[in-house]
Amino acid sequence: MKSGRISNAVDWLEERTGLPSSVTHFMNEEIPASAGWHQVFGSIALFCFLVQMFTGILLAMNYAPTPGEAYNSVKYIATELTGGRMMRGLHHWGASVMIVVVVLHMIQTFLWGAYKRPREATWIVGVFLLLLTLAYGLTGYLLPWDNRAYWGTVVATQIAASAPGAGPYMTQLLGGEGPIGVVTFARFYAIHVLILPPATMLLIGLHVFLVRKHGVAPAPGDETKPKKKFYPAQVFKDTVAIFLTFAVLFTLAVMVRVPLERLADPTDTSYIPRPDWYFLFLFQMLKLFQGPLEIVGSVVLPGLAVMGLILVPFLDRDVMKRVRHRTLALGVVALAAFGWTGLTVAAIRSTPPTPVIDVTEMQGPESWQLLSAEEVAGIGYYRKEACASCHVGEQKLGTTKKRTREWLMEHLKHPEVMRPGSSMPPVQLTTAQTASLAAFLVKLTPDNASALEAAPQAAVEGAMLYRENQCHVCHQVNGVGMKTGPSLNGVAQRRTRDWLEQHFIDPQKLSPGTTMPAYKFSSRDMDRMLTYIMSIP
Amino acid sequence: MDKHQGPDRRSFHVSVIYAMWAVITGALTLPAAIYLLVPPKSKKNTSEWIEAGDISQLKANVPEEFVFRRNRLDGWKVTSEKTTAWVIKQGDSDVVAFTPQCTHLGCAYSYDDKNKEFLCPCHTSTFGLDGKVLTGPAPRALDRYETKIAGSKLMLGDVRKGDA
Repeated sequence: MKSGRISNAVDWLEERTGLPSSVTHFMNEEIPASAGWHQVFGSIALFCFLVQMFTGILLAMNYAPTPGEAYNSVKYIATELTGGRMMRGLHHWGASVMIVVVVLHMIQTFLWGAYKRPREATWIVGVFLLLLTLAYGLTGYLLPWDNRAYWGTVVATQIAASAPGAGPYMTQLLGGEGPIGVVTFARFYAIHVLILPPATMLLIGLHVFLVRKHGVAPAPGDETKPKKKFYPAQVFKDTVAIFLTFAVLFTLAVMVRVPLERLADPTDTSYIPRPDWYFLFLFQMLKLFQGPLEIVGSVVLPGLAVMGLILVPFLDRDVMKRVRHRTLALGVVALAAFGWTGLTVAAIRSTPPTPVIDVTEMQGPESWQLLSAEEVAGIGYYRKEACASCHVGEQKLGTTKKRTREWLMEHLKHPEVMRPGSSMPPVQLTTAQTASLAAFLVKLTPDNASALEAAPQAAVEGAMLYRENQCHVCHQVNGVGMKTGPSLNGVAQRRTRDWLEQHFIDPQKLSPGTTMPAYKFSSRDMDRMLTYIMSIP
Repeated sequence: MDKHQGPDRRSFHVSVIYAMWAVITGALTLPAAIYLLVPPKSKKNTSEWIEAGDISQLKANVPEEFVFRRNRLDGWKVTSEKTTAWVIKQGDSDVVAFTPQCTHLGCAYSYDDKNKEFLCPCHTSTFGLDGKVLTGPAPRALDRYETKIAGSKLMLGDVRKGDA
C-alpha cells in the first residue's frame, strides 16, 4: 500500500516534470571499464562546495558585514551560540579541505592526461574553478576582521596594486588607496557571497555538462572492454571518498579551534602578517624577488603559471598513454610539489613564533571593556608602576586579601603605614592616578586577572587620556560618569573613527550647538583616545 | 555487467551509499538546527534596576510618560536605547509602571485625557488606569515593570505580564 503510494507520487512527478527519469538517466551514465577510485576527486570537490555553501549561509545568519561589527558578530557566533564554533570550524577548515581536494582533482586529471582532445574546454573551466576557489580563500580571510585578517589582506591588496598597468585599477576596485576600511571590506564581502557563489555554480554546471558530453576520460585499452554503469559501483566509491573527507573535516571542526585574534588594529606595529597556509608559497616567493624584480614574484610568475595551466591541453597533444608511461607529467607534478613544499616550509620556518591570541576563549565583551574608564586607566598605572614584577606567587594581586579602595589608596601612597614593615616603595602617581589604580585593583580577581591584564595598551592609554581630560564630567561609560553628553557605550556602532577624530578637532562643525570643547591631541594621543572610545561596548 | 557485480554486491553498495549519506546529512543538519534554534548563552544582566525618573512631581491617578535610556543586549552588541514607561501614582503611595506596548500586537498606545483611558491606535483597544482591558481585541491587561522607589527616584526592573 505504502510503496504503491510512493510509486503513484513518482508517476505523478514523472508525468509533470520528467525529473525521476532524468535522475535515473544521470545515474545510469556509462563509464569506461577503467573508471575507479582515482576518479572520486571531482565528486568530493562538489561536495566540499556544497558544505561551504551550507555553512556559509548559516554563518551569514549571525554575521554583520561591516568592520567592527563583523568582529563582534564572529565572536558572538563562536562564544555565545551553541554550535556556532562548529559552524565556523566547518567553514574555516572546509576551505582548506576544498583547496586540497581541488588540487588533487587537478593532479589526477593532469597525470592521466584526461584534458586531451576533446576535453580541453573541461580542463580550462576547471582551471577557472581553481582560481575561484582561491578567490574565496583570499576574500573570506578578511571577513572576521581580526588582526590576522586585516594584516593578511593588507599584503594581498598591496600585491594587487603592484600589478603592472592594472595596479591602479585593482586598487580602485578593491576599495581605494590607504588603509583597508569599510569600502574594501564591503567589496570583499560582496565578492565572497554575491559574485563567487553564482560564478562557481555556473562553472560547475558547465564543467559537469562537459564531463557528461564527452564522457569520463577512458584509459588506453578501454575501448575493447564493456562499459560500466555510474550507479551504484562508482557512486559507492565516490560516497566512501566523500564520507572519509567529511569525517576528516568534521574532526578538524570539532578538535581544532579556529582562533579569533584581537580586533583589527592598523596601528599594531608588532603584528607579523601571514596569509593562510595555501598562499604561503606565494608569500615566500616574494622574498626571492626584491626591489624592481618584485613584480616577477608577485604578478609575472603567478600569471605565467595560470597561463601555463590553461595551455596544458594545447602543449601536450600526444595520444593517450597509460599513467605509468607519462614520465614528463609525473616529473612536472613532482617538481611542482617539491617547489611548493620547499617554499611553504621556508615560510613557516621564517615565521617567528608568536602566541596566538584567541579571544573566543574569553567571555562576552572582553572583561576589560566592561570596566569604567577610570578602572581601565588603572591598568595603565598598574603597568607603569610595574606592580606585577614584585607581586608574584602568593603576593599576586587579585589573589590576596580583598581590601577597600580607601585602604588601597593609603597603602599605595604610604605602604609602611598600612602594612608596617612593608618593603613596597610608594607609587609615583598623582592622587587622581592613584585613585584610578586603586579602582582597578579592587576589580582584580583570580578569575579575571589574565583577561584584564590582556587589555591592549593603546586602549589603556586612551582611557588614561580620557581621565586626564575629564571626559567623565560630561560622558558616561559603562554606567560611570555624567550624562550631560551622550553615553559613549557603543559609539563605535554609531560613528566612524574618522568622524570621531573630526569631532574632537572641531565639535561645532559636526554637532552644531554642542557644548563640547575642541581637543587638540597629538596624533599619537588622538590615536590612543580613538582606540579606547571605539572599544567601548 | 561486471563479473564481480552480483546482486549481493549491488545491494551492499546501495545500502552503504544510503547509510553514509544519511550520516553526513545528520551530522550537518543537527548542528545547524541547534545553531539556529538554541538561544545565545549569555542573556545575563537582564534583571537589573534601571532609573526611570523622578516621581515627586507625579499627581495621583494622572499617567505620565517617563522616557529613559537603558542598555539592552541585542545579539552581539549592547545597545543603549530610549524607552518609555507609563507611570501612574495610584492613591498616595503605590506607583505602577506599564510597558509602552499594547498587549494585542505591540503598537505604542497613548493616554486619552478626556476619557481617562489608554487608547491603542491600531485596533482601538482601550485600557483603564489600572491596566485592565476595557474594550477591543487586547488579550490581557497591560504588562508592568516591577518597581522600586529610592528616595524620589523610580527604579524599574523585570517586566511582568498582565493578567488575561
